[in-house]
Amino acid sequence: MATVSVQLEDFDINGEITSLKDENNDVGAIVTFTGTVRDIGGTLQSMTLEHYPGMTEKELERIAGVAEERWSLLGCRVIHRFGTLAPGDNIVLVLTLSEHREAAFQAADFLMDYLKSSAPFWKKEQTADSESWVQAKEKDESALKRW
Amino acid sequence: MNIKYFSWIRETVGKSEENLAKPETIASVKDLLDHLSSLSEHHATALRERVFVKVAVNQVHADHDAPIAEEDEIAIFPPVTGG
Repeated sequence: MATVSVQLEDFDINGEITSLKDENNDVGAIVTFTGTVRDIGGTLQSMTLEHYPGMTEKELERIAGVAEERWSLLGCRVIHRFGTLAPGDNIVLVLTLSEHREAAFQAADFLMDYLKSSAPFWKKEQTADSESWVQAKEKDESALKRW
Repeated sequence: MNIKYFSWIRETVGKSEENLAKPETIASVKDLLDHLSSLSEHHATALRERVFVKVAVNQVHADHDAPIAEEDEIAIFPPVTGG
């Protein structure tokens, strides 16, 4: 059963891996994806993530549920942060465990594609003299066609 | 109806939510967007480019032709940019 968290605080990647791995001795493959705040040419001061409390959790749980139906996973964890973050900070963690690597790799890839186009988060970037909302990319929407 | 706004749509409208009694003529998300656009210049500007206006009804993504009811929670926001 996947668990999802939407939180202000940072996450501990190794701690998350250990707690999921210890639940199951059949695990042979662990895939983690970590999304971090990119500093664009050294100008970014901070990034603020707004979200829709209530819907965000539901949407992440729905997507994780689809991944668990499609692939044979032995563990699945999604953590997404909100609030104000600095360049280099962690934003999102997707962690999948399976017996063999294909399921874990594909499920993690699928989760990120769907999360990017359907989880209700909005990024705003702040530089020294301005701030602007990040625009959605066409390629994120078209990435869904792979699945 | 409880209407919530997010991201630059929230900033342009100038509020994060408002409660509205649903006029009888409003049956779909599109009807609601048209109605909201008539409320103020700020609403009209925020909702002008409909291709950038996404909607969730009761916290589930919905198309502009989806039906809506008096007791619904309706969120209006630009395309999402998480991950």
